[in-house]
Formats: sequence, structure tokens, C-alpha cells
Amino acid sequence: MPTCLVVDDSQVIRKVSRRILEDLGFEVAEACDGIEALAWCSAVTPDLIILDWRMPGMDGLSFLRRLRREPGGEVPKVVFCSSETAITHIRQALDAGADEYLMKPFDSDLMASKLAQVGFAP
Amino acid sequence: MISPAACQMLADLCRTRAGIRISADRAYLIETRLGPVARLEGYTSTQAFIERLEAGLDDAQVWATVAALANTETGFFRDPAVFSQLEQAVLPQLINARSGRLRIWSAGCAAGQEVYSLAIALTEARPGATQVEIVATDLCERNLEKAQAGLYSQFEVQRGLSAQRLVAHFENAGDLFKVSPRLQQNVRWRRINLSGDVASLGQFDLILCRHVLGGLEADVRPNVLAGLSAALAPGGRLVLSPTDAADDLRSVGPGIFAHVMDARALASA
Repeated sequence: MPTCLVVDDSQVIRKVSRRILEDLGFEVAEACDGIEALAWCSAVTPDLIILDWRMPGMDGLSFLRRLRREPGGEVPKVVFCSSETAITHIRQALDAGADEYLMKPFDSDLMASKLAQVGFAP
Repeated sequence: MISPAACQMLADLCRTRAGIRISADRAYLIETRLGPVARLEGYTSTQAFIERLEAGLDDAQVWATVAALANTETGFFRDPAVFSQLEQAVLPQLINARSGRLRIWSAGCAAGQEVYSLAIALTEARPGATQVEIVATDLCERNLEKAQAGLYSQFEVQRGLSAQRLVAHFENAGDLFKVSPRLQQNVRWRRINLSGDVASLGQFDLILCRHVLGGLEADVRPNVLAGLSAALAPGGRLVLSPTDAADDLRSVGPGIFAHVMDARALASA
């Protein structure tokens, strides 16, 4: 079973994402900011990370840049998940090493279609 | 609640105008799909809009109705397996074989996602000096207006389009996303009824007519298919839905067809 880490400071979003991802066949863990997520990844590298942008503590972009510099940090597929819809922001996320970008709000179909883009076939 | 008589009138409209079949088990769709069209056309009640349609005064409203009742579900790079076949095999072959000019027809282009997906695939295939012309047709002017505007919501651009392609080919336009003018410059838009005469469009090296034939009346389908075959240049490719059959053509991939003549030429080569 593929593993996924959901990183978001909103408990509601984590819960919604968890339900969708579990339905799609993932084993899901949660982190509430970049620092907690980095600690998670240094212990167990997930196959997929769903990453919020704005979080207190360490934000999504800083986490992603740190992760990609770690040994093995290139392995997880990272899907940014944010209400930010400016093309410049999306480009910044991709440049930092994101594989895909999902704009909030999202539903199960959109999540599945973005996961298919990064190689997790339904 | 739409009366059975009105449902019949609307189903007849689809059949007589475009050969589109609205079967009895899809009658419930009429109710849910007609409401939004009525509102877009400025009617506060669906009933008033139906009366207007019955009077048959406004052709654009009739076509908007027909398009809404037909299956217009669409998305960027719909049927990824078909698109990857196009990107990896069909387009490079055609660009190679046609050094001068490549003509492509998106038949039943709906809100334009297929057209822009093709334009993106062509940009990525680097056609070099080959001049590409895409002719995009639909039976509904409202569809063509939307397609031509190239404006999509965040939900529409995320359906089938990767983030890489989004940032490469779109710009923000308020809450919407606007397709880059580069993708639009070689596209010509025409209102065409596939069950009518399509010969005026000329011949094409590649024709896409997907998720169209299955919704047509059985007696209309052969004529539409004959029109598409006649518009296919020698050596060209016709792309249908994987579930569509085309008896007088030869299947060369999932949903991809060539003239039988080409197949013979290939076999003897």
C-alpha cells in the first residue's frame, strides 16, 4: 500500500484529504507544518506528500526546498495543495521541486486526476 | 417539472437538427441541463425558455440547447492513452511526412479543451518549419464563443492539464485562466453541423471526432462517418472514441483509424 503524508495546518483539510486519499488506496499520516513534516520524512520516506503552502512554523515552500536537499529527498512525489492560484506562485512551487499543484478547493476527482499526473494510476 | 410533451419536443429538436439521440432513459437529463441554458440566455423560468424554443425564433438558442442536451463532458488531454499515442507516434509521423503544411480538424470541439490540448501537443512536438492549421468546429455558437475566448475556471484547467503545462501555456485573468495567444494563432473556428455537408472544410491530415458518434441516431451515424472519411487526406489519421467502430476504415491504434488503402500500401511495402 503506497504511503502519503498530508502536511496542512488546518485539521479540517487534513481530515478531508485523509478520507479522499484512503479511498484512493493510500496509507495516510499527517503533519501540521514543515518542521513536523521534515521529522516524519527523516524517519520514514513517504511515496507521496500533499503539501499546503502557508503554515505557521515552516511553510510549504521552505519545507520542499529543505526536503529536496536531503539524501533520498528526491524520492517522494510532492503535490502542492493551496488556495493560491497565481501562475507565478505555481511556477515557484514547480521550480522548488513540486511535481504537481492542486488548487483549493478540491474534490476527490481532482485529487485523483492530479495523482494520475504524477504516476499514481487509479 | 418539464412536461412529457416538452421533453419530446426537445428530443425531437436534437434529432431533427443534429441527428443526436436523447433516449428515454436520459430524459431526466433534460431537466437538469436545460435550466442553466435558460438562465444563461436570460430567462428566469425554464418554462418560458421552452415556449421560446417551440416558437423556433432564435437559432443560437436552439443550438445552445442541443449542445447542452448532447454529451458535452470534456477535459484537457481527455483519454490520456489516445493523447500519448498522438504525441508519441501520430503527430511526429505526420510532421515528418508533411514537410509543408499540416491540417487538423477538431470535429465537435465543445468548449475548446481538445483544440488547445492539440495545440500544446503540437508545440511540444516542435513542428519546425511545418505550418499547422487547426480547424475547430462545433454545432453550437455558444460553445465556439467560449472556446475562442480561451477562458477556463480553475476546476476546468485542472481537469487533465498538468501544472507544468498550465504555467507554460496559461495566464491568470481575474479568477479565470486564459490560454496563451500563441496556442490560438493557428486555429480557425467554424460552426458546422456534422450531419450536414462538411465538404467545404477541405481535406485534413488528422481528424479528431471523439465522443460524438455514440450520441447520434443510428441512421445518421454512417453519413457522419462517411463525411469524416471523405475529409481525410491520403495517409491521414482519423481519431474516434475507443468504443466507436468504423467498418470501412482500418484501425491502427486504440480509436485511431486510417484509410484501408493506406493499410494495403503498408502491407505491400
